[in-house]
Amino acid sequence: MIRYLLGRVAFGALILLTLSMFVFFLFFVAPGDPARMVAGDKATETQLIQIRTNLGLDRPIHEQYLSFLGKAVTGDLGFSYRNQQPVAKLIFNRLPATLSLVVGGVLVWLAVGIPIGIMSARHPGGVRDRLGQGFILIGLSFPTFVLGMMSLYLFYFLPRQSGFMLFPAGGFKPFLPNPAIWAWHLILPWTTLALTTAAVYARLTRGQMLEVMGEDYIRTARAKGLSERKVVWKHGMRATLTPLATQLGADIALLLGGAIVIEQVYGLQGVGALAVQAVANQDRPIIIGVVLLGGLFIVVANIIVDIAYVLLDPRVR
Amino acid sequence: MAVLEARHLSVDIPTEDGVIHAVRDVSFALEAGELFGIAGESGSGKSVLTQAILGLLPNAIVSGEVLFEGRNLLGLKPAELQSIRGSRIGMIFQDPMSSLHPYYTVGSQITEMIHAHEKVEKPVARRRAVDLLARVGIAEADRRFDSFPHQFSGGMRQRVMIAMALVLNPPLVIADEPTTALDVTVQAQIVALLDEMRRELGTTVVMITHDLGLLSSIADHVMVMYAGRRMELGPSAPLFAAPAHPYTAGLLASSPANYEAGAELVPIPGRPPSLLETPAGCVFAPRCASALPRCTSEAPPLRVFSDGLQSLCWLEGPPADAAASVAAVAKAPAADETVVKAEGVRLTYGAGSLFNPGAGFEVLKGIDLELRRGETLGLVGESGCGKSTFARVLAGLIPMTSGKVALLGRDLGSLDPRAWQAMRREVQLVFQNPFGALNPRRRVGAIIGDPFRIHGLAAGAERKREVQRLMELVGLNPEHYNRFPSEFSGGQRQRIGIARALALNPALIIYDEPVSALDVSIQAQVLNLMRSLQRDLDLTYLFISHDLAVVRHVCDRIAVMQAGQIVELADAETLYRTPQHPYTQTLLAASVATPPRHPAAGRTLVASHVPEAA
Repeated sequence: MIRYLLGRVAFGALILLTLSMFVFFLFFVAPGDPARMVAGDKATETQLIQIRTNLGLDRPIHEQYLSFLGKAVTGDLGFSYRNQQPVAKLIFNRLPATLSLVVGGVLVWLAVGIPIGIMSARHPGGVRDRLGQGFILIGLSFPTFVLGMMSLYLFYFLPRQSGFMLFPAGGFKPFLPNPAIWAWHLILPWTTLALTTAAVYARLTRGQMLEVMGEDYIRTARAKGLSERKVVWKHGMRATLTPLATQLGADIALLLGGAIVIEQVYGLQGVGALAVQAVANQDRPIIIGVVLLGGLFIVVANIIVDIAYVLLDPRVR
Repeated sequence: MAVLEARHLSVDIPTEDGVIHAVRDVSFALEAGELFGIAGESGSGKSVLTQAILGLLPNAIVSGEVLFEGRNLLGLKPAELQSIRGSRIGMIFQDPMSSLHPYYTVGSQITEMIHAHEKVEKPVARRRAVDLLARVGIAEADRRFDSFPHQFSGGMRQRVMIAMALVLNPPLVIADEPTTALDVTVQAQIVALLDEMRRELGTTVVMITHDLGLLSSIADHVMVMYAGRRMELGPSAPLFAAPAHPYTAGLLASSPANYEAGAELVPIPGRPPSLLETPAGCVFAPRCASALPRCTSEAPPLRVFSDGLQSLCWLEGPPADAAASVAAVAKAPAADETVVKAEGVRLTYGAGSLFNPGAGFEVLKGIDLELRRGETLGLVGESGCGKSTFARVLAGLIPMTSGKVALLGRDLGSLDPRAWQAMRREVQLVFQNPFGALNPRRRVGAIIGDPFRIHGLAAGAERKREVQRLMELVGLNPEHYNRFPSEFSGGQRQRIGIARALALNPALIIYDEPVSALDVSIQAQVLNLMRSLQRDLDLTYLFISHDLAVVRHVCDRIAVMQAGQIVELADAETLYRTPQHPYTQTLLAASVATPPRHPAAGRTLVASHVPEAA
């Protein structure tokens, strides 16, 4: 078990290394002069050379990469070209907003998606199944930003016009000192994020549940005289969890790397928003930092999912 | 006082194709403490019947009356039925591999049931579960309580299922094919256990099975079902000795165990009817050897005989015993020419592990075998003994670790790829599962024509002619050339597999459990086909099976395999009459044949109930 885990971690590190190399070289060969970016349009040639020396841009690429890598391992991702702040700190400041969005969103989409999927699977072909499938279809086909704009219009703009504040238009308030304010600001982003993703989970749950409910051990559970609720929620759900865990790991990791659209719509200063600004500004250290962070999340999430598998399924222990 | 009494029970299951009349007007009563057998082929409605009684088929429309402990089960609310399931009526299902939840410990699956019906403390429930696990023969029950189902063997899992069904001491237990998925020796243990437990606890048991031999040895009463109808019902002894219904007689005549070895079987011709339609006359009439003109037009009456048998048939006396009139067909002795010679074949899996060399699992431990032209060699053993693996080695599908296989005198190990390709047509395989072995998206003509295409032997009209000749040969309608496998029944699909194997006139055909997925009446048809093909075409067969009756019937010699080794090899009859190895003796002792038939002495017709014209 330990050996298996160590193997997984080593493999994850290798992936991150490859990713960092790829991103680093990609920006090196891309057009555009970082020194010009840092110095602004009015800088003289001497100033540019000075800046290049300071940033180490005049050194050969492999040297630059190795020095970047050496610092990155200690958590130093360099400095923003734009405002000279440490990249690690910039990203770190953005994490609470993204983390709040994702954690709340996950809870909402699981709470909505799984019951809809189960409801659908328990009455295949029936009215409730069709309702569930309708939800899935709508959720899958609605672009996030349209849903975001719509909920802003309905729950912020309209009430605001008639003189009261149902929900704020966005912005992020820290969890402390007042969690209520924090949640109030996040309810619209959460639901917007959750509704589309909930459709994916409802579909997944429905398909898996349909299969599981046809298994012999479900018949056994019924023959034992268990209540239908127990048959579905204990025996059925237990076997449905594994594929859900796989999907959940991937989704959370992806979103932690930046929920770009939602953050834009609701003006949340999260990692995604940072990435968008960095790309607009051609601020390479930040872009590299965000990409590596996203990669790190995915690698870690995969390891966690693997461990979860072992915990969930006694057969792979 | 009957424990359970069903009156005019019918079960209809609506599907997209129409309403399936799975059970039609079936009545029976269980005496307290008896073992009541329900026999029938797949689709006869025997499983549907019992599951419908307990409300386990949510879509089914059930009518009639089922009285249990003074209440009509069919009129109960779901919650009332739920409290009866498990506590008053226990169930044991066919496949212990899939009937236990893979994610929960076996113990918790049993205590869960106790808690669902009784208010008891956790330790008490655990103690009761452990007690019963120990009684059904689970060693170290207290420790094994916390094991998961995958850590048990098939037989152990079925013991767990039995413990689960009995833990609340229900007056009635329904066992649905409890031993079908198990090896013969394990089967015998499980049946003995079930019998012992029911005597000890006074439980009434309903046993559903297609295995008539098994029923004849333990059942008190037997009900034979066909196409949803109760064809025959009565005490076990007269029913097996002198069945009153031609279908029961036909089933017994289809079983190779009831013949002299080598005799032509008398199968029930045709195949089971569609359950979507309701014929005017008897459902069995189209396949019945004793059918009278009126059988197809008038619904049969219920005949009641003096020895307790009840039969749904126009016949007033027992049908003729088709098996009795058959003499063994003399078979030409095998030629001296050796087709295949295997010497010291070994196979080890997983030997090349980087960290742990030599820790491989030895599947074949040095097998020597020789097949002569025109003979059938049977390879018998329990699941996991390596018999299928050996077949694949012979066919060149799996490379062996060491040893030598010579086909038609040529060492397979020394062949270059081109010669190998040519040799491949000399060995053909027919697989067990006729549903999985044929590509569902290819037409039958293409499947049977594959060997010609792959070896570039015939194309276009010529290939089609060859394929149709083969279809004719195996008893398929050549006009069905363009159909897909799904349009054929299991027996027909197995014929397709045989036609494909025959295509290139191979030196050796390996049958890997060719009839174990088929119903007994269909099985007899396929076995007869295999024998007649062998006679006509001078074929050499390697026949792999776990069913000793079948093997004895078709084989000249039998090799008994255990744990990767051949422990005994002898002429079929010699092996049968004087088995030498203890394992062979165990295998033989474990298989049960139906008792011999004899004329029904003193049986008279007592009453006839002619159904009212509907």
